[in-house]
Amino acid sequence: MTATLTRSARPTVFARPSGARKFKNGLATTLVTAAFLVALVPLVWLLWTVISKGFHVIMSSSWWTESQHNQTQKTPGGGALHAIVGTLEQVALCSVISVPIAILVGIYLVEYARGPFARVTTFMVDILTGIPSIVAALFIYALFVSTFHHLRSGWLVSMALVILMVPVIVRTTEEMLKLVPNELREASYALGVPKWKTIAKIVLPTAFTGLVTGVILGVARVAGETAPLLILVGYAQGMNANLFGTKFQGSLPGMINDEFTNLNTATGGSAYHLDPNGKRVAGGAINYAPDRMWGAALTLIAIVLLLNVIARFVARFNKVSQ
Amino acid sequence: MADGDLPTDLASRSTNGVTPARGGNPFASRIGGGGVGLQPAPPAAAAPVQPAALVGSAEPLAAAAPSDAPPVTGAGSPALGTPKGKVRLGDRVLLALTTGAAGFVVVLVVLVAFFLLVKSVPSILDDKVNFLTSTEWSPTPGNLRFGIAPLLYTTVVISILAMILAVPTAIGIALFITHYAPKSIARPVAYAIDLLAAIPSIIYGIWGARVLAPHLVGAQHALYHLGGVPLFKDRNVPTGSLFNGGVVLAIMILPIVTAISRDVFERTPRENIEAAWALGATKWEMVRLAVLPYGRAGVISGAMLGLGRALGETIAVFLILSKVSHFSPSMFSGGETIASKIANSASEFNDPASTGAYIAAGLVLFVLTFVVNAAARTIVNRRKDFT
Amino acid sequence: MSSGAVVHFSFTFFAPKRHLLLLASPTERVADEGEFNVKLYRAGAIAGLIACAVVLSACSSSKKDTPKPSSPGGTGTAGGSSAPTAGKPTCSTGKLDAEGSTAQTNAINQWISDYQAACPGATINYNPTGSGAGVTSFTGGLVDFAGSDSALDPKKDEVTKAQKRCGSTPLDLPMVVGPIAIAFKLKGVDKLTLTGEVIAKIFLGKITTWNAPEITGLNKGVTIPPTKISVFYRSDSSGTTQNFERYLAATAPSLFTTKPDKDSSKAGFAGQGKAKSQGVAAAIAAVDGGVGYDEFSFAVSSGLSTASVDNGGGAVELSKDTASAAANAAKVVGTGSDLSLQIDYATKTAGAYPIILVTYEIVCTKYQDTAKGTFVKNFLSYTVEGGQAALAGLGYAPLPADLQAKVKASIATIS
Repeated sequence: MTATLTRSARPTVFARPSGARKFKNGLATTLVTAAFLVALVPLVWLLWTVISKGFHVIMSSSWWTESQHNQTQKTPGGGALHAIVGTLEQVALCSVISVPIAILVGIYLVEYARGPFARVTTFMVDILTGIPSIVAALFIYALFVSTFHHLRSGWLVSMALVILMVPVIVRTTEEMLKLVPNELREASYALGVPKWKTIAKIVLPTAFTGLVTGVILGVARVAGETAPLLILVGYAQGMNANLFGTKFQGSLPGMINDEFTNLNTATGGSAYHLDPNGKRVAGGAINYAPDRMWGAALTLIAIVLLLNVIARFVARFNKVSQ
Repeated sequence: MADGDLPTDLASRSTNGVTPARGGNPFASRIGGGGVGLQPAPPAAAAPVQPAALVGSAEPLAAAAPSDAPPVTGAGSPALGTPKGKVRLGDRVLLALTTGAAGFVVVLVVLVAFFLLVKSVPSILDDKVNFLTSTEWSPTPGNLRFGIAPLLYTTVVISILAMILAVPTAIGIALFITHYAPKSIARPVAYAIDLLAAIPSIIYGIWGARVLAPHLVGAQHALYHLGGVPLFKDRNVPTGSLFNGGVVLAIMILPIVTAISRDVFERTPRENIEAAWALGATKWEMVRLAVLPYGRAGVISGAMLGLGRALGETIAVFLILSKVSHFSPSMFSGGETIASKIANSASEFNDPASTGAYIAAGLVLFVLTFVVNAAARTIVNRRKDFT
Repeated sequence: MSSGAVVHFSFTFFAPKRHLLLLASPTERVADEGEFNVKLYRAGAIAGLIACAVVLSACSSSKKDTPKPSSPGGTGTAGGSSAPTAGKPTCSTGKLDAEGSTAQTNAINQWISDYQAACPGATINYNPTGSGAGVTSFTGGLVDFAGSDSALDPKKDEVTKAQKRCGSTPLDLPMVVGPIAIAFKLKGVDKLTLTGEVIAKIFLGKITTWNAPEITGLNKGVTIPPTKISVFYRSDSSGTTQNFERYLAATAPSLFTTKPDKDSSKAGFAGQGKAKSQGVAAAIAAVDGGVGYDEFSFAVSSGLSTASVDNGGGAVELSKDTASAAANAAKVVGTGSDLSLQIDYATKTAGAYPIILVTYEIVCTKYQDTAKGTFVKNFLSYTVEGGQAALAGLGYAPLPADLQAKVKASIATIS
């Protein structure tokens, strides 16, 4: 860096920028601004699509209190309660397993790790970070379904999500613990407090909000995962709150995927539908699948974004980072 | 800092030295903390330590960076806390728990690799065609014929296309946010982009397939004029082409790459920027001399992370891409990625032999994403040495 | 430590404290914003408010009544698909799980909806994952019955596995006749007649424009534009593909030489494969000149025209009657109560639309849990009797009377 700066220290330092330099500068400004504006288009468009198509759906009272039990694409009403419950349960089980393990690994890496095993662990966490969700799902399938002949079920999804969630929380925990100043630890040791107590009473409380943030972000990361659902559990339209039964279970991504297969609605002159006797009648048929799909999408976005916002809010109270 | 042995892990280790430096060097701490609340309030129990007194000990502190030895603590606690050097029960329990958890992670990764291998090797051995080069895919039990080549090609091409579109744009946005836009615009935008990074991929998928795809047909037709290179030759797929999938993937990884680039650009040392200004640099020259070189490693690793995401992306690609009967290298033709193939065939997992074929494909994806992540790590570690 | 600090210490007052942290999880840039905290706070609050507003307004409004009617159990009240329910089904209470064929999804969802409306204590789940998955789940004991586009295959051990799971003979019961439409979208043309041979040529890419002589020759008096043909087929494994390929193999054996399979990848179709029936229909609807095979109901919901098929006995338009007529020509090849069918795709019967698929419900003769057995029996008795009337409006065809009587007799043996 020093070298680069030295090179530019030519006698022209105080000269006014030449035309070419001004032009380049203007060009760069234009490009940078253009990149920003161009990128904004799809992102705003995406959000707008989901909100405009899904908002009236999630405003319905039945959306939050009913399942799709008894509904077909031609019947109005019903809700996403089964999917919300399924997603929350799957993510909750995943968190119960992931959070303690991941935080312990984080503590290990920051407070204890030494020697080759530490390097191996770091390396493995790195690999875990990069595992695609479909591979995690295949692994769970190969392990539980192919090998142990379990039938597909909601808890298997949680198992696959654990693989995706652990590295996220390990990373945050590691970062947060490293931000705890060493003076705190040293002071504690100086007073004769044993190491485990120092970690439990000084280090962890200091970093606590940071850890919470990490957990929330981990939850947000896995809540929208779809690939494991495709392989590891069937989608049920009705309510199934039993995570461990060998039954299908609804989930928000599963619901989006399911409604996606019923989307088609023709409008305009070519549209027709069948009357109860199978005769073709002009005019498109009513189809509630698109509503439900965008509604489920908006619900999922709302949950994930809400978690993110909470994470940021919690992070603001973080002692070590302020 | 005498931290000669740089740890392998890119993401976290970069901060290793910082913690001690922060405590050990009041200077760094003050400026890094923006001059406010420079010393985190020590809990009542902790005896106040004179920061200045620690300056001298900065060296030994840093040497004890966590990668090789725990910071001070390992030695400190037993020696001081228990005069006889006896390890307390609590210490033993916590050590066992944390080491056990770390062991779990190690075992988990080994298990993933092991099971993917065990379940796929019999099928690969039974494969009547070359697994790596064949373009066939019909894993019928008893007559297994499957090759990964077209899937791998599609996976890589679509991801690279996404990178080509997303990375320059992301750098542009990041620069805009950090150095061009007024703060009143930059902050909310940065925040919004961070949130967009959290939107589940299935939502990008349904939007890409239902809303965006029809609008891309025109753009794709315009690109037909590119010429007769095989990469652009076949034009049989208007919606659902690799191009279409690549664009959606680009939009999907844009927030991630932007967030990381923004983060590193934001941390460009003020001295470097001011030095550039002092030399009479224009804004662009300042960016080129101070910001870009400083952030290069971060941007590269951010791009690699985006690439990893793109390679492993399942549902969005699955909802968008069209399949074609005859493999074509053209990006205006269709295809299937490894992940979308597996997702599309989930209902076919009813026979160990054919399931093995899909698990073999998953294994290739696993190795591919691993290589990309390892490459990112290597680049960043090397960069770190002379940034 | 980033060794920048080693070389130029002065440059690191703004030490890259976490400059690569984000690699691990890009959205977590929260803790170390230092001097920006105040401003971040405000920006964060705004974004937070927006996000909260979306969620909260949704929550609070959930207490209000909305214009959209919400009637659980309201069946077929909208969309003109209301099924004329014939008689009240015999009710069971409890829960049934079923899985399988996507081709019968709309039929079985309608039946489930109607049955549950009539029988408040009953819950039936049908998961359309595909016939293969359905059979696997059935033999694995995961589901109580399976929907499948093909009968249990003795060659794949499916019969023995099902026997083992049931402890009794498994039955294949034809339940839904699903016509497969040759759906197309062509500006200015809504009626076309094709033969098996021409269909094969179109799908194999041997005819590439709509005004090819083979097509115009069959459609005298129709002005066909010279639009390019865009072929769409199913990319996922599907009974629809298999039955369509069987039709091609039966009517154009010299052109279509591959063994009919659920997976389309060996057929060598021209054009593009799309996932699921919906994907194919949507793709055809998006392109002028698009054509594909798809279940009738999806062609209907996408407003696509369907080609009439000349089976040698004259052009036959696709309707529930012509499809039923073809199902009537099918031979029962199952033994005893098992009713697996062999469809005659090359039928020349006048008024029989030959491209159909028959989906089965695969059940046990005797369930270990007798309550389950009765439930299955009651539900299927409803579907074969009153339920058949709902099919026409959904784009399926009812079972022909002869077959219906046989299926009824078989269902009576379930316990």
